[in-house]
Amino acid sequence: MSDLHANKFSLSGFFNNPSYRRLVLLDEGLIEDAMAELEVDGDLAAGLLAGFIKDEVSKVGVKKLVLGLSGGIDSALSAFLAARAMGPENVTGVIMPYRLSNPQSEADARAVAEKSNIRIEIVDISPQVDAYFERFPDADNLRRGNKMARERMTILYDHSAMLGALVVGTSNKTELLLGYGTLFGDMASAVNPIGDLFKTQVRQLSRHVGVPAQVVEKAPSADLWVGQTDEQELGYTYEVADAVLYRMIDCRYTREELLGEGFPPELVDGIQRLVQRSQYKRRLPLIAKLSQRTIDRDFRYARDWGL
Amino acid sequence: MKFLAAAAQIGPRLGNLDANRELLAGEVRKAEAEGVDLLVFPELSLTGYFLKDMVPEVAIRRNTTAIREIAALSENLSLVVGFVEESGRHGFFNSAAYFEGGELLHVHRKVYLPTYGLFDENRYVGRGDKVRAFDTRFGRAAILICEDAWHPSLAGVASLDGADLLIVPSASPARGVSKANGEGGLAIQRVWQSLTRTYAAAYNQHVVFSNRVGYEDGINFWGGSEILAPSGEPLARAERGSEQLLVTEVDTANVRRARIASPTLRDEDLHLTLRELRRIQRSREG
Repeated sequence: MSDLHANKFSLSGFFNNPSYRRLVLLDEGLIEDAMAELEVDGDLAAGLLAGFIKDEVSKVGVKKLVLGLSGGIDSALSAFLAARAMGPENVTGVIMPYRLSNPQSEADARAVAEKSNIRIEIVDISPQVDAYFERFPDADNLRRGNKMARERMTILYDHSAMLGALVVGTSNKTELLLGYGTLFGDMASAVNPIGDLFKTQVRQLSRHVGVPAQVVEKAPSADLWVGQTDEQELGYTYEVADAVLYRMIDCRYTREELLGEGFPPELVDGIQRLVQRSQYKRRLPLIAKLSQRTIDRDFRYARDWGL
Repeated sequence: MKFLAAAAQIGPRLGNLDANRELLAGEVRKAEAEGVDLLVFPELSLTGYFLKDMVPEVAIRRNTTAIREIAALSENLSLVVGFVEESGRHGFFNSAAYFEGGELLHVHRKVYLPTYGLFDENRYVGRGDKVRAFDTRFGRAAILICEDAWHPSLAGVASLDGADLLIVPSASPARGVSKANGEGGLAIQRVWQSLTRTYAAAYNQHVVFSNRVGYEDGINFWGGSEILAPSGEPLARAERGSEQLLVTEVDTANVRRARIASPTLRDEDLHLTLRELRRIQRSREG
């Protein structure tokens, strides 16, 4: 039942038809129109997001931050925003390679740290991951990928306690909507500055704040095996995904309106299915109601309660 | 009459009455030092905005020490303060009170409670059922709280009721950072600027728009408070996002000048409006 655990390593299951290797193509005009509407005012957005980190973190009496630096663009943007919010000396990027990771990922992560001036820490996750899978040698990529994401999470939260730092999230709106992440793994954080930016907006804002070009321009990848890329797994580019998601979610186009615009039905339905099936990842665990006042149902307080 | 009007662009702490009372008192001292005559705080300035289940925990009744303490701050300058009001029969309201000379003069209960999208007000508070102009030492004024100002009908009633000063305490969340229109900036701020400008110009009244700053659960309040002249021109505008005491001189003689230049109030036809509204009401009732 891979769909119940969809993450970066199982999504291709939804697109494992003969044309899987070919990316879904879309009329250029549809992409261009959406991209133009998605273009953000960089100074404004970066200011709001750095302000968000500073305010929400300072309110709880913390001034330090920690985040996982993968060498990818999402964690790079979060790192730059965190450095801007609290000063780079208060930000630690933890680089957590696995023995099969592409060495370029670590090099890119170091380049991000160097340019943003944040501190780094290297923790090789191979011993703890391999020790576990020695007992389960038949585990597939889905299980291995999830395990790695969750090992990294436990390391970040240990650093959170060690440094007195809050964990900064690195999940963007596209992957949150598609469920393209590991629940309680890379999706775990205290504050997420980039969760309302689509992937293509992450790229745009990353350029704006000065993320190194080698990071902005490389193909996004979960880096589990050589040559793996997100877009091959998804079956379409992030421009295509964002054009559909933006019209569907932000602009609330109906299915008929999307098809009328020229979006192919398989694409629209595939994306709609992913969004719906991953809803559980965007909510707290369900609580069975018994009392008159149940947490999150009729006991409702902001997280910033009294702050 | 010339006087100094001010918007206290502050970031209250969510559900922390003690901290916010101190914040308000501090702003009053600052404003007094600058010689301010009228100081307008944002919506729910005493409590913070996304209160949810905290509403009954921070609610205040009119004849209480809590209100008298705030009234006491208005010995030297007039004040508008937003708070959660509890009625005698335990209804809760998103209210703004006007204090002058140490007394509570007027309370406006927010009429239009946004309950859609990111807003959930009507789940937690009840809806006010009137808008009234009231007399102050600066002339006749009216208060509309945030979403109220998105209903031109309320602003129209306030003007017909004699308000030459429109006071708009707000807690407007930042949203819309697209560059698509070529301008950049916040989409919501552009809409607000056109609303306040329209009321000032169409009703030839002064407008004080006091919008808060700060973040609550990831939501930013953008500030950008404004004080506008009866010509529609902004007299002063606060920065986006930072705490600021926005002070400017207001000259009530400018209302007269604006009404001479543009006598819309003279020409306003109350009977026509009422006749047409009654017709529409009858047709809706079938």
